[in-house]
Amino acid sequence: MNRCTLWMLLLIALGIAAPTVFYPVLLMKILCFAIFASAFNLLLGYTGLLSFGHAAFFGGAAYVTGYLIKDMALPPLVGILAGTLAAAFMGGLVGLLAIRRQGIYFAMITLAMAQMVYFLCLQLPQTGGEDGLQGVPRGSIVGLDLNNDLTLYYVILLFFIAVFALIYRTIHSPFGQILKAIRENEPRAISLGYDVARYKLLAFVLSSGLAGLAGALKVLVFKFATLTDAHWHTSGEVVLMTILGGIGTVFGPAVGATIIVTLESQLADKAGSLVTVIMGFIFVLCVLMFRKGIVGELLELLKGVRPH
Amino acid sequence: MKTKNTTQRACTVIAAAALALMSSLAQAEFSDNVVKIGVLTDMSGAYSDLAGPGAVLAANMAVEDFIAKEKPVFKIEIVSADHQDKGDIAANKAREWFDRDKVDVVTELVNSSTALAVIKVSKEKNRIALVTGAGSSRITNEDCNDVTVHWAYDTYATGNGTGKAVVKQGGKTWYFLTADYAFGQSLEKDTTAVVLANGGQVLGSVRHPFPSTDLSSYLLKAQASGAQVIGLANAGADTINAVKQASEFGITPAQKLAGLLMFITDINSLGLKATQGMYLTEGFYWDMNDETRAWSKRYFDKQKKMPTMVQAGLYSAITHYLEAVKAVNSDDTQKVMAQMKKTPINDFYAKGGKIREDGRMVHDMYLMQVKTPAESHYPWDYYTVRATIPGAEAFEPLSQSRCPLIKK
Repeated sequence: MNRCTLWMLLLIALGIAAPTVFYPVLLMKILCFAIFASAFNLLLGYTGLLSFGHAAFFGGAAYVTGYLIKDMALPPLVGILAGTLAAAFMGGLVGLLAIRRQGIYFAMITLAMAQMVYFLCLQLPQTGGEDGLQGVPRGSIVGLDLNNDLTLYYVILLFFIAVFALIYRTIHSPFGQILKAIRENEPRAISLGYDVARYKLLAFVLSSGLAGLAGALKVLVFKFATLTDAHWHTSGEVVLMTILGGIGTVFGPAVGATIIVTLESQLADKAGSLVTVIMGFIFVLCVLMFRKGIVGELLELLKGVRPH
Repeated sequence: MKTKNTTQRACTVIAAAALALMSSLAQAEFSDNVVKIGVLTDMSGAYSDLAGPGAVLAANMAVEDFIAKEKPVFKIEIVSADHQDKGDIAANKAREWFDRDKVDVVTELVNSSTALAVIKVSKEKNRIALVTGAGSSRITNEDCNDVTVHWAYDTYATGNGTGKAVVKQGGKTWYFLTADYAFGQSLEKDTTAVVLANGGQVLGSVRHPFPSTDLSSYLLKAQASGAQVIGLANAGADTINAVKQASEFGITPAQKLAGLLMFITDINSLGLKATQGMYLTEGFYWDMNDETRAWSKRYFDKQKKMPTMVQAGLYSAITHYLEAVKAVNSDDTQKVMAQMKKTPINDFYAKGGKIREDGRMVHDMYLMQVKTPAESHYPWDYYTVRATIPGAEAFEPLSQSRCPLIKK
């Protein structure tokens, strides 16, 4: 336990020092996707539900936040909160339908619903169609001017730590234990008297709300919400991040997000649209060679080294 | 022998030191001692043929020629990236270039969504954007700003030229096939106005996602409309697909196609048999005069394709920018911009071109008709120039401008 706290403090210190070395906008993007992947992991890693429509919550929240800040001129904090709540609400609706089925059918329902959200984002007059919402002002939070990249970075880092703490708390709570029980053996959880559907729905809403928070923060970073956020590619990308980092590990999704986002930004100039091919290749390698993901395999190694 | 060598070396050292000193003095006005040009384009997607690698080549030619001719004291660097036709990637890249790589000017920007996204970032960061690839007339209207120049063409100019010509030829009823994003919408809107003003009639329009490989269902709608003319408010690979599929479905020649924005590379891909007789409006044609031929031949030797107006325009824009930088001896955005707007553009691309307050570079446009295979005598001999549209007529007059910078 003590060692764990030490690790956490070290990581936070790293997070605070990082913008002196790296480009803050890239770091902010990594943090947003780390939140997104961690939220997704709550569902895939701890509840065993593979949603293939999380981009709908990510992108949907991005549009809601962008619209409120830009066209309604609301302060950014209100926008972020509204975006997160909207995503959680959408998650409730999608979840109600989707949790009635399992496995591939669950994934297909979430995908279908996400496609509907995508087309709403494309066709609604408020969203700007193919151009998306551009020029969303960053504004200020409690007197801090967010137009400064560093200030915004620390605000987002705070959000990230809060989300991380929330997820950590969730998976180590009795509620989290029940989620894991559902993942391992659903009929047994039912026979123990748990209302499995309610737990699943709650996990779904929590996960989609946090995914929405990630999308809302991303709008502040880049000052726009575009169709890319709501596209099914993004749903696939978050699956890739989570699997690459390690399903069902606390740090895995964040590590996966860091690797994918960094690779994408580094390769964009050199490889162009080949990036997707490279990503696919990495995914295949990961599935074939280290199935527990990077963090999962590392933990396994540590277990082997450290005598118990 | 030995002494001569030493004196020679000493001379070289002194000369080098003097040069270094001179250049450091001269560079006092330059941020980080380098003028950095960022070419942001579509390297692999639907518009890579008309812009893409050819545009990067044109940019490099512009810089090489400028260095050879003007021997500037400042250094010039080019960086390029593929925006994959996505506005968010383009805006991110531009932001990164401005923040981290100290890029002074971002250019090319084919695809209007990416251009509209990037000019907002360049305004925010106070750097110059030279748009050559994108067409949307919004760039100099609703979304105009004082650091953007729209160089090669716009949807008003191409839609206007072609639309008028086709209506005059008797194409009175129109139906639009429109790429569903900023560019296509602008093109449809601008052309509709021209068709109506010239006594034509618009029966309707159908919008397809960008990019599309299968346009059949949209084309069948256009066919069912019974319009004499199907206006193609799209570009690049979309236009190519539309023309091909229209002929496969037997829509042409019963109904006529009007390519509202076509490039010479599109004609090359489709062949003269499929495109003969079509009208189109271009800002540049390689076979206009000796000057255009000389430059285009040099380009052709490296790229094995003739340049489009986007690629030639990029050369012109970068050269004009670098000349302005040299004239004011600074890469300060406002100073350079003022100089660029003050000086007329006279090169192989534009004669007497002028940058208006709204950022529109006004130059002559040309109404072309695609030759029949029998009329074409050598490779890339594709167009007959039917009319020269003077700049003042080709582009939307300032009196109709929706740009907030224009005070009426």
